[in-house]
Order: sequence, then C-alpha cells, then structure tokens
Amino acid sequence: MEKNKIDALNKAFQDKIDNEIKIEPKDYMPDAYRKTLIRQISQHAHSEIVGQLPEANWVTRAPNLRRKAVLLAKIQDEAGHGLYLYSAVETLGADREQTIDDLHEGIAKYSSIFNYPTLTWADMGTVGWLVDGAAIMNQVPLCRCSYGPYARAMVRVCKEESFHQRQGFEVVTQLAKGTPEQKAMAQDSLNRWWWPALMMFGPNDADSTHTAQSMEWKIKRHTNDELRQMFVDATVPQAELIGLTIPDKDLKFNEETGHYDFGEIDWDEFWQVVKGYGPCNEERVAARKKAKEDGLWVREAANAYAEKRAARNKKAS
Amino acid sequence: MNKKEWPLWEVFIRSKQGLSHKHVGSLRAPDAEMAVNNARDVYTRRSEGISIWVVESANVVASDPSEAGPLYEPANSKAYRHPTFYEVPEGIKHM
Repeated sequence: MEKNKIDALNKAFQDKIDNEIKIEPKDYMPDAYRKTLIRQISQHAHSEIVGQLPEANWVTRAPNLRRKAVLLAKIQDEAGHGLYLYSAVETLGADREQTIDDLHEGIAKYSSIFNYPTLTWADMGTVGWLVDGAAIMNQVPLCRCSYGPYARAMVRVCKEESFHQRQGFEVVTQLAKGTPEQKAMAQDSLNRWWWPALMMFGPNDADSTHTAQSMEWKIKRHTNDELRQMFVDATVPQAELIGLTIPDKDLKFNEETGHYDFGEIDWDEFWQVVKGYGPCNEERVAARKKAKEDGLWVREAANAYAEKRAARNKKAS
Repeated sequence: MNKKEWPLWEVFIRSKQGLSHKHVGSLRAPDAEMAVNNARDVYTRRSEGISIWVVESANVVASDPSEAGPLYEPANSKAYRHPTFYEVPEGIKHM
C-alpha cells in the first residue's frame, strides 16, 4: 500500500480510539497494535491457565468440603477465563495452537506471580485476597480497552472474579481469628506474598517500555504505578482490620497525598523471576506440557467420535 | 501427532424465556454436540442461560466493515422514519 494511504488509515484508526469507538476484529488496525494485543492477551490467557496450578496443589487437602467446592469452582473459572482469552486472541489472526506452543517453549510469558509456591493452606487465602485482588485492579480498566473482543472478555472475567477475592479474604480472616498457630500461618503467608503481589503491576512507569504507547491506544487506562498505588491503598486497611501486619517498615499513610507511601520493590528479584529463575518456573511449564501430552488421547478420541457420528448420520439420511 | 484442528463455533445464549439468543463468545469443539456441551460448561456456570445455539464460525456470512459507509449512511438523512420527526399539536396527550 502507498505510504499516504497507510497514514490516512492510521489517522482514522487513532481518531476512532480518541473518540472511544471500539476496534473490532475485521477493522483496519496498525500491525504494531495487533502485535501488542496478541502478546498481551495471550500472556493473559496463559496466566489464567498456569494460575490453576498453585491452587490445584491444595484441592485434595482443603480443610473441609465447603472450601474444597469453592476452590474447585475458582479453578474451573480460571480455565474458563483462559478460554475466553484464547478466543479473543484468535480474532486477531493468531493461531491458538501456536500461542500455546509458544508458552511451552518458553517464548511466551505469563504472570510471574505463579512462579511462587503455595506452601500452606493459608496461601489459598492469600492468593485469592492479594493475587486475585491485584488481578481485578488490572482487569477492571481493561473492560474499557479499545479492542472490543478483549474488553468483552474482561467484562465476563471481572464479573466472575469478584468471588475469588472475597473467598480468599474469608479464608485469611478465619485463620487470623483462629489459634495463635493459625494466625501465625496467615501472617507468614502475607509476608511471602505481599511483595510478589506488588510486582504483579510490572516495572515502575519510568522503566516500562510499553506503557506510553498502550495508553495512547487505550489498551491501558492507568500506568503500572497508578494501579499499584490503588492496590496498596485498598489492601492496607483490609490487613489492619483482621490484625495482620504488612511486611514493609516504610509503609505509612501520607496525610498530604491521601495515599500510603511504601518501600522499594526488590526489582532484582522481579527480573530474576521474569527471566525464568523463579522458584517454580520450570515446574509450571513442565506441568503445562505434561497436561497437553497426557490429554492428547482425549482430543484424538473426541475427533474419532465426531467422525463416527458424522458417518452414521450420513448413512441414516 | 494428530494435527486436525477442532473447528471454531460461535455461541448464542437465551438468558430466559421471552428473550432472543444473544452472542456471548466462541469456542472450539470437534462437532456440534460437543460444542453445545462445552458452551454449557464455559458460558452457563452461573445460570446465565436456559438455551444454547452454536453455529460453526465458518458458516457466518458478515457484511464488510469497509462498506459500512455506503451501507448505513443513507439512513442518517431519513429522520422522517422516526416518530420524533413529526409535530404533534398541543392538547394531544397520547399518540
């Protein structure tokens, strides 16, 4: 295409975005916008699917039937969320199978938070409270993302996810009100998850390579630091209410700004985990690969069954 | 390795009697019946529906977005197709 024709298309595209008109799959979009979305939505899909693993670790050891049913429902939701997102990524022309293979080959990333282990039952509470809490903080503005299919998927995800955070907070609250051992278990869990949860919002704005462009395209509505601050402001009073201590000696309410000031994140740890050297990176990808390989006979059987049924219907008609 | 990919299906859900089926998303499945079963698991876990339609995406015929102008703009200049175009004399309460 000639250059001025592309310029005109790009301008019309940005005008739509500026006027809050959603972009739909068959509409013109610049290649970079498409690529950014494919990267972001597939990472998001992988996070939902890999996110099932740390929780699956506790299904057989849930303390009672109510907790077990809740945990199973939550894990099933995460699978559904992954499916909505893989469908959204397909609307951009990405090959679903290839996106999954990219995860298995270490080309595609997923949220680093899932590379931390779930060591105690209290972690099931903390993961729901903090990890789903942080995810919701990220996902609510994505409901207004400029790309229609992604925004619609996020509306469904947010609707379903609000119970995830509440059930987690309920677990932590109950432990915090329990025996000294139970309270210590809850505090230990908070100590381990607090900083990784803050890292979920990504690098500081000054170091974030994608933020400015993503905000111009209205894929993102808030910067990483804005979202992180919103999360801290929302979560600190919740911890106080149940008598747990946030593991940050620099944490203090700032009367002037009306926000909590908090300590520096260990960015070396963040980059280590992103680059694949976290406590569970290898284990998570290995589990996903094994699930795909072990499930192959089911997919083949489903194909064989569909073919057989089609042949039978043909004969009958 | 079986490389045969499952086709894509568009899913429509009727949320209650009296309402139309509405598009809710898509999924992959080997055939129509399994697509309905999967749609039930993926899209109705919270009583969102009482009836499901699935249509293979390849069978959907769509208008071309680049022709949206010539297709839909002619309607913009025809305000007389709306009741608000007409003057109703004062004193008439319902019409």
